[in-house]
Amino acid sequence: MPLDQSFIGREYPPTEPYEVGREKIREFATAIKDDSPLYRDTDAAKAAGYPDVIAPPTFAVILSMAAHDVIVEDPQLGLDYGRVVHGQQEFTHHRPIRAGDRLVTVVHVDDVKARAGNDFLTVRAEIVTVAGEPVCTAKSMLVARGTADEEAS
Amino acid sequence: MSVRMSEVAVGDLLPELSVPLTRADLVRYAGASGDFNPIHWNERFATEVGLPDVIAHGMLTMAVAGRLISRWTGDPGAILHYGVRFTRPVVVPDDGTGALVEVTGKIATKNDDGTVKVNITARSADQGVLGGATAIVRLPE
Repeated sequence: MPLDQSFIGREYPPTEPYEVGREKIREFATAIKDDSPLYRDTDAAKAAGYPDVIAPPTFAVILSMAAHDVIVEDPQLGLDYGRVVHGQQEFTHHRPIRAGDRLVTVVHVDDVKARAGNDFLTVRAEIVTVAGEPVCTAKSMLVARGTADEEAS
Repeated sequence: MSVRMSEVAVGDLLPELSVPLTRADLVRYAGASGDFNPIHWNERFATEVGLPDVIAHGMLTMAVAGRLISRWTGDPGAILHYGVRFTRPVVVPDDGTGALVEVTGKIATKNDDGTVKVNITARSADQGVLGGATAIVRLPE
């Protein structure tokens, strides 16, 4: 069954603050095989003009995906997460995420549509500091394969 | 080491990048990112849901492709916008070799606000794995 289009425009309450740790940044940078010193060495980060080590450009996915759970697990929406694949992702960085940031995320449902038997869900995560400074906008398009009508996949 | 706006032109190619990915890399990324979907580590589960084998996290493919930009500029914080479509999965066999992600990039536009737009191509096993991948990067003058 196609997803309920009345979800478009819905906004969920902000997450609990996430504190960005220096070791978490290092772990993530190692996992993506990126050896930039700006992720690991505070002096190198300061020399490049940052107050502390910064996080890789896709680090925000840790926050946005955790925040999406409230939507994908919302029984009212009824998304079949076992069939969900990641269709698109984009990050707009208002400034780099850095160690010591305390960040909250608000997720919005930007679009819901069915096409060729698949459901398409576009969600936007607005990541800001606890003081309200915008840090990153993460937009994700999730595709639930074969859920909008009968389709073998 | 950083690239300057005055040194680049539309059409310039960025230095290419090849990133090998093995099962161990997928497990490491699962732990670092918190994405433990079994399609990224369990072959039995992956084939049951119709995949040819275990596949890399799309976000891992996006991240390693983004390294093309951070290595080129020397400053990953200069990436203001980065977006991709996931067109094909990177299949990672358990054969001791894994997969290779090959990344190239070309400067598409130079903008008046001190930024450039880079078009990124990522391929694995001779097929494109990302579509419409672009980054907007701020460069020093």
